[in-house]
Amino acid sequence: MSVDVTLPVLSPKDFASDQEIRWCPRCGDYSILAQMKKVLPTLGIPKEKFVFVSGIGCSSRFPYYMDTYGMHSIHGRAPAIATGVKLANPDLQVWVITGDGDSLSIGGNHFMHVLRRNVDLKVIMFNNQIYGLTKGQYSPTSPTGTKTKSTPFGSVDRPLNPLSVAIGARATFAARSVDVDIKHLCSVLERAAHHKGSAFVEVYQDCNVFNSGAFEFASKKDQKEENVIYLEHGKPLIFGKNRDKGVRLNSHDQPEVVELGKGVTEDDLLFHDEKSEDMNLAFLLASMRYPEMPEPMGVFRCVEHPTYNDAVYSQVEAATERNGEGDLEALFNTGDTWTV
Amino acid sequence: MSTTDVSGANGKISEQLDAVVIRFCGDSGDGMQLAGTQFTNVSAVFGNDVSTLPDFPAEIRAPAGTLGGVSGFQICFSSSDIYTPGDEVDTLIAMNPAALKTNVADLKRGGTLIVNEDAFEKSNLSKAGYDSNPLDDEEALAAYQLQKVPMTSLTRDAVAELGLSPREAERCKNFFAMGLVYWLYQRDATPTEEWVKSKFAKKPELVEANLKALHAGYNYGITTEAITVHYRVDPAELPAGKYRKVTGNEALAFGFVTAARLAGKQLFYGGYPITPASDILHELSKLKNFNVVTFQAEDEIAAITSVIGASFAGDLAITASSGPGIALKGEGMGLAAIMELPLVVVDVQRGGPSTGLPTKTEQSDLYMCMFGRNGDCPMPLVAPATPADCFEMAQEALRIAVEFMTPVLLLSDGYIANGAEPWKIPEISSLTPIPVVQENTQTDGEFMPYLRNEKKTRPWVIPGTPGCEHRVGGLEKSDVTGNVNYSPENHQYMTTLRAEKIAGIADFIPEQTVEGPESGDLLVISWGGTYGAVRTAVKQSVAEGLSVAHAHLRYLNPFPRNLGELIKKYKKVLIPELNTGQLRLIIRGTYLADAVGLNKVQGKPFLISEVKQKIREMVKEN
Repeated sequence: MSVDVTLPVLSPKDFASDQEIRWCPRCGDYSILAQMKKVLPTLGIPKEKFVFVSGIGCSSRFPYYMDTYGMHSIHGRAPAIATGVKLANPDLQVWVITGDGDSLSIGGNHFMHVLRRNVDLKVIMFNNQIYGLTKGQYSPTSPTGTKTKSTPFGSVDRPLNPLSVAIGARATFAARSVDVDIKHLCSVLERAAHHKGSAFVEVYQDCNVFNSGAFEFASKKDQKEENVIYLEHGKPLIFGKNRDKGVRLNSHDQPEVVELGKGVTEDDLLFHDEKSEDMNLAFLLASMRYPEMPEPMGVFRCVEHPTYNDAVYSQVEAATERNGEGDLEALFNTGDTWTV
Repeated sequence: MSTTDVSGANGKISEQLDAVVIRFCGDSGDGMQLAGTQFTNVSAVFGNDVSTLPDFPAEIRAPAGTLGGVSGFQICFSSSDIYTPGDEVDTLIAMNPAALKTNVADLKRGGTLIVNEDAFEKSNLSKAGYDSNPLDDEEALAAYQLQKVPMTSLTRDAVAELGLSPREAERCKNFFAMGLVYWLYQRDATPTEEWVKSKFAKKPELVEANLKALHAGYNYGITTEAITVHYRVDPAELPAGKYRKVTGNEALAFGFVTAARLAGKQLFYGGYPITPASDILHELSKLKNFNVVTFQAEDEIAAITSVIGASFAGDLAITASSGPGIALKGEGMGLAAIMELPLVVVDVQRGGPSTGLPTKTEQSDLYMCMFGRNGDCPMPLVAPATPADCFEMAQEALRIAVEFMTPVLLLSDGYIANGAEPWKIPEISSLTPIPVVQENTQTDGEFMPYLRNEKKTRPWVIPGTPGCEHRVGGLEKSDVTGNVNYSPENHQYMTTLRAEKIAGIADFIPEQTVEGPESGDLLVISWGGTYGAVRTAVKQSVAEGLSVAHAHLRYLNPFPRNLGELIKKYKKVLIPELNTGQLRLIIRGTYLADAVGLNKVQGKPFLISEVKQKIREMVKEN
């Protein structure tokens, strides 16, 4: 018997649903959607095996626009729902689409636990540092002092750093990109897709209605080279239009910017090691924030650990091997029985 | 009824009884739950009908010797059908002063009171609030047959040669107490002996110590001159078959595993530990080789939402909790309801509100389960009547969930969950298969996720199915396509449609039956764990010539379709509930029936006598 195992060649438009997209014109979400549609056909996975799960917020409308299986669920709970999907059928590739409010505020608990369990899911967080769908309140990632409708005198909260939280939860894959940096975003999404385990990607996403320009420093053509370091595994941290600046550790083991030349060579710089089991480097990179420091973009951490879903099923298999396929009659008759 | 004969070389009198209620009580570290469970096992294996009521504090180890730390286990065992663990206690075993103080009021006059005399020392007496030793006060305990047994020292002597520490030696005293009670009721200790051997297989010294204590207690009964009578309770005439003992939580786990097998599906259980529901998680976690995946979630919300995900992906998915957890699951249930995904939520009710009485039983979550979701969001509700009934209702809940693509609530309670009774082991081949609706419904070649069948059920087509990619979500949607639709007419249409689908389930559940006359003076309506007390009270009232019948509801939403007509056949309606009248309000609202309540919220089940008393009052007023 021969089975045709050739997969149909898919294109981005195969992943477009027939639904009208209702994001605001020029929203950063459009670009993320477009890059996702480009990446999925490259993965060699049949379309019916993708599941997109989202919570609530502008970003969470995403599944409606993808012609895959999808669920637009309730606020903050997408990681837990996705965990259920993956555990029920580990053969599916499951993506969680979430925002800064959805994952770090109302859904903070699930966000932390899905990452520490290392469920094989891709969690893409659109961080626009604002609540867009409720029309512009500050979010858990808004900088202190952010003036919004709910904080007319400026917010007094200290913001969370999503990557620090993810690394703190021992995410086995943690990365950052920017909505309009098309090539970079594609490459990061692709890396996430190939990672076996929880993959967390923070995407700086411009809300041009309520928080316009928040990430210009990282997206504008003439600015970004000066403000951003593109991480490469095994390579020194170099940035700048002329690639003449780098980051090294000072005598207090704190990162500092130095100019190359004038006695400083590449060997003096900090080298990126995304595979380090020790999380210190990833934390240190996450702590580098604009404008004090150039912000790293790309893959902060990518390590191989057993996935939660594999561990769950290996217990199921071991139990089945040990005790045989469950027999209801035998189960009911365990322990003391008597006949009337 | 009792018959008496003198038997044996020891000249002890053996008396035959129909039914006996005993209660072990002591400190929460005294092993009373174990003693009660073992006594239940040996009685069940012997063939008695049994019904149990474990009663323990919320604290794992409340300060030793205090009133708050008393743990008890009541068992009724009988040679005829019984439905409750009994109103009054025939024999009370009290291991310390606090246990005596909190339990003696339930011992009937003339009943046997066995106390561990050694525990009645100054510090324990003062912790229990006794100024003097009640065992010295002949008048106070004159109503009972008091047996003072120095159990601690007798146990210590019995195991002396084994070289255990004093603490370890004393811990065997529950086995001494069991041994004595086994003798008193002529129980065959073999199942307990076997249990000890397997439980402590890795600690042979504990096997020996516990068996020595057990035998010492038994022999004490034979030799003591203080006790002259022991009792026989013959096997009950239950329907022929093979039996075992089950608790409600065990039976739920068995029922869910069975349902998954009958549907040919993997079972997914997402849960968060909570009393008194955790045992369902524990039971299912052991059954991984039955194609069961269990997930201990980070919180109650993750528990239900993981279940929603698993259901979407095609598993038979369930979660269980108690009141506080169910409150947290409300939004998730609404999501499952609007997406129309099958799953079961179990509420093992306990005293509320808030943390309330974690280890005590109550029926006060009915409103929450019936109404506790935002929007118009009806969900089917089923409620098992007894521990063994949990097996059938677990399957029934999953059947309804799958057949109608809806989340279903199953209301158990602490009394059913922890209580045990004999369960007739079913023939697997006799169980009803659960058909899974999964047809690929298409219109013009396109898959339509909300195209319905004659039951208004949409298809359950799962990720991985080529050509049926679709999105579901919490936003209001168009029927058939499932596309988001906010139009006013559509929302009205969909709200009505969802409600009609649930109401229509009434055509696919059994009609309500009654025990007793088909019409008459009084209909008593009950639901959930009050079944046994109400059933017995009505039976006895009928035997006394009263015109009263009993309808026990296992389906609370929708109600059986004949319920309204049935209620009209009686002059009055009484609804006893362990809440302040929740079913009563719903029945009154649904059927305009002038139902009267009997309501108790003490964390304890009804006594038969309480229900009987109310029945008498209501019938007399006619």
